[in-house]
Amino acid sequence: MTTLLSVENLSKRFGGLQAVNNVSFSVTVGSIKALIGPNGAGKTTLFNLISGVIAPDSGVINFCGDQVQGLRPHQVASRGMARTFQHIRLFPKMSVLENIMIGRHIHSRAGFVAGMLNIPYTWSEEKRIREKAHEILSFLELESLADIEATSLSYGQQRNVELGRALACEPKLLLLDEPAAGLNMSETAELGSLISRIRDTGITVLIVEHDMTLVMEISDEILVLSYGKKIADDKPLAVQSNSEVINVYLGEDDA
Amino acid sequence: MSAKLIQILGFAVAIVAIQIFTQLTDNSFHLTQLTMTAYYSLLVVGLCMLIGYAGQISLGHAGFFAIGGYISAFLTTHDLTAMKGKPFVALLSKLGFLVVRKDTYGAELLTFHPWPACILSVCTVLIVAYVIGGPVLKLKGHYLAMATLGFGIIIYRIVLGTSSLGAADGISGVPGFTIIPGVMIGGSGSGKILNYYVAWGILIVGMTFLLNLISSRVGRALSAIHGAEDAAEAMGIPTANYKLKVFVLSAGFAAVAGVLLTHYNGSIGPSEASVMKSVRYVAIVAIGGMTSLWGAISMSLILNYFSLRGSFGTYDDAVFGVILILIMLFAPDGLIRKQVLGDLKYFFKRITSKEVAS
Amino acid sequence: MELFLQYIVAGVTYGTIYAIVAIGFNIIYNTTGIINFAQGEFVMLGGMTAFTLKEYLPLPVAIISAVIITMIIGALIEIVFIRWLHKPSVLRMIIITIGLSILIRETALHVWGEGVTALPYFTGTSVTSVNLGGVFISPQVFWAVGISSIMVILLGIFFNFTLLGKQMRACSANREAARLCGISTQNMVTFSFMLSAAIGALGGCIVSPITYVQYDSGSQLAIKGFTVAILGGLGNSTAAVAAAMILGILESFSIWALPAAYKDVVSIAIMLIILFVKPSGLFGNAAAARLKEY
Repeated sequence: MTTLLSVENLSKRFGGLQAVNNVSFSVTVGSIKALIGPNGAGKTTLFNLISGVIAPDSGVINFCGDQVQGLRPHQVASRGMARTFQHIRLFPKMSVLENIMIGRHIHSRAGFVAGMLNIPYTWSEEKRIREKAHEILSFLELESLADIEATSLSYGQQRNVELGRALACEPKLLLLDEPAAGLNMSETAELGSLISRIRDTGITVLIVEHDMTLVMEISDEILVLSYGKKIADDKPLAVQSNSEVINVYLGEDDA
Repeated sequence: MSAKLIQILGFAVAIVAIQIFTQLTDNSFHLTQLTMTAYYSLLVVGLCMLIGYAGQISLGHAGFFAIGGYISAFLTTHDLTAMKGKPFVALLSKLGFLVVRKDTYGAELLTFHPWPACILSVCTVLIVAYVIGGPVLKLKGHYLAMATLGFGIIIYRIVLGTSSLGAADGISGVPGFTIIPGVMIGGSGSGKILNYYVAWGILIVGMTFLLNLISSRVGRALSAIHGAEDAAEAMGIPTANYKLKVFVLSAGFAAVAGVLLTHYNGSIGPSEASVMKSVRYVAIVAIGGMTSLWGAISMSLILNYFSLRGSFGTYDDAVFGVILILIMLFAPDGLIRKQVLGDLKYFFKRITSKEVAS
Repeated sequence: MELFLQYIVAGVTYGTIYAIVAIGFNIIYNTTGIINFAQGEFVMLGGMTAFTLKEYLPLPVAIISAVIITMIIGALIEIVFIRWLHKPSVLRMIIITIGLSILIRETALHVWGEGVTALPYFTGTSVTSVNLGGVFISPQVFWAVGISSIMVILLGIFFNFTLLGKQMRACSANREAARLCGISTQNMVTFSFMLSAAIGALGGCIVSPITYVQYDSGSQLAIKGFTVAILGGLGNSTAAVAAAMILGILESFSIWALPAAYKDVVSIAIMLIILFVKPSGLFGNAAAARLKEY
């Protein structure tokens, strides 16, 4: 079991709020790890720290053997980490296909000069990008929507396009920020099987999610945060019976 | 044949048609303004890349235009005869950068040849854009607008206040620019028609570059930055680097436009660096629809041409102001939009399909 | 030493007008998040209108009328051009207010021509001066500084102790919440335009005798005012006044070191440096500025 991502003693403070407090954990290659916790537990902050949106105050983030803390998000992304957003962030005024094609950015090279001169390399690369994007679309069964403006789709479809865009990066690690938010039960079940299929293609998944049914069903390990602190990091069944976790979710009676 | 190629060919045909039309109607004196319009349009399409595609406003592009024009004008008019003995001047002369020519009064001048002057001017602009672009493009919204505006005003004040740049009079007596033997931009003996075709030809080349860029990986990445910068960054697009590069690129277009127009006109004055000029360029891009190079070019053609003809009289600036407000209030996506072009395409498709059916 | 003080006085005089423009920026920015690029035009309009009215009216009445007229223009601008826009983008607002500034300037050009105008000195003439320990100060400087100080104090009272002022502050702190509390946020925006137009116009009148006003004075004042607003931290009017004095004095001393033609270059260079290094302003703290942005 090799470790893909390991986080050691990570801390981040916003003014008076200790958003992430000395958190350590690791994610094994080919697994699905869920990150849960009540609202304000620091899940999104932890995500933003890992993906480079914000820099930690202290601590180390090891990804594929490199330290990535303090790198810019695009540098982290080009090392093989792709993410989706809690609030969908698709590119407006671009088609579904184009949105997915953006995901191929890190796997292509044509720069400003090559683009302006439109040399043969540029078009053969463009062709490869397009083919790969279509491949992703058919994996997600979105082929029929390829030429539609992405932001005009339904909420659930937009979620899938965003997922497709992240998959187009062919990431080693896929970060999903509340992918089931706003989905109904059958859509959530579909999403669950999709995430499992993604894992089966060899992509490691780290997921922030509130829907416990989904989390219990798909994840190999669950990390529980409360007030920025790690309170459990274990197999789903063990977490379910962890008294501290139950306290956090059901509330303590000391008030 | 790709759509891009058809567009460019159509554009070229239109350019030829306009020239023939002016010839037939005996209006060839209009070619002067049309030639100038081509150079201004070169700046406008570059700016369109920056504002429309990368989503970064610049209220200082007249500054880049002026730096390019002024440096080239200075180098090609500043007489070095008195400094002939200096080793630096001797070196320049040995490298073939200098020429001896006669000014309008017949006196002999030792000045830079327009080619090295042009290259030096454009390179200077690229460096300036690169240096200021770094910190400027970290800013957003109002801060970005004010910073670029500030840059523009600084350049304006410098050219206006520096006596060796002619202060309020600017620099005149700028020689024609022989780009290849037999083809001279500006100058007294040059042909109007030749200059018209050179100017629009250069614009076509510039347009081709930009159209290629837009349909490439980089163009897609720029639209992504415009649409959702954080998501673009998360997809591995180095947003800061791309913004800087497109800023430098658009400054380069402005510099080339400045150099060539200065040689064409034979002079440059501080008004070329004024804030109002920068605002005009932004206005044209906005009216053209922000994300449409063809929209920008058609608006540039119409507005610059009428403005240069003096059609708006003393209301010239006011006309731009009114158009700017009206467009931003009622059609913030501009007049020339993709939908309009799409509708037209659909219309033509229906007509042609009917013909096939019958 | 006398010369040194003379420069300081000149700097304070210019600082006063910059402060007034900056306060105008801040009032609108606080309620709308818009930087009104036409702010300098209000100053110009005030000075020019008062100049025309003083032909028919006594000076104080002319000034008050000019302030009211400019205030009405400010309200009209907001009602006609801004009020009905639904969540306009920053880029759109920048371009609209730039368009307005061009329109006002060009209208002024056609109404008043290119000439330079100046109101008469409120007391004495251009040669009257008060000798303060060897430094000669024009009484108009006292008028300018005095009226501006009173204005700043009144604004402070207005925003802190009157219902309307409190409503405007609520609107700037959290627009949505203010609306839910029954405050008409749209009217607050109109008020903020009127207020900042009035302040600008009054500023234009009091400095007109010293600095003169011309149809195109507005855009220069706007950029200086913005520099000052940035220096003080956008939205913070007390700091803007301090920053205005610093900029005015720096500019006035720059004439020692550089040709006068480059005076504007100095202040704009200062603005750029501040924007690059510390966009939250000299007195602002970075965290507060970040909060403002999001």
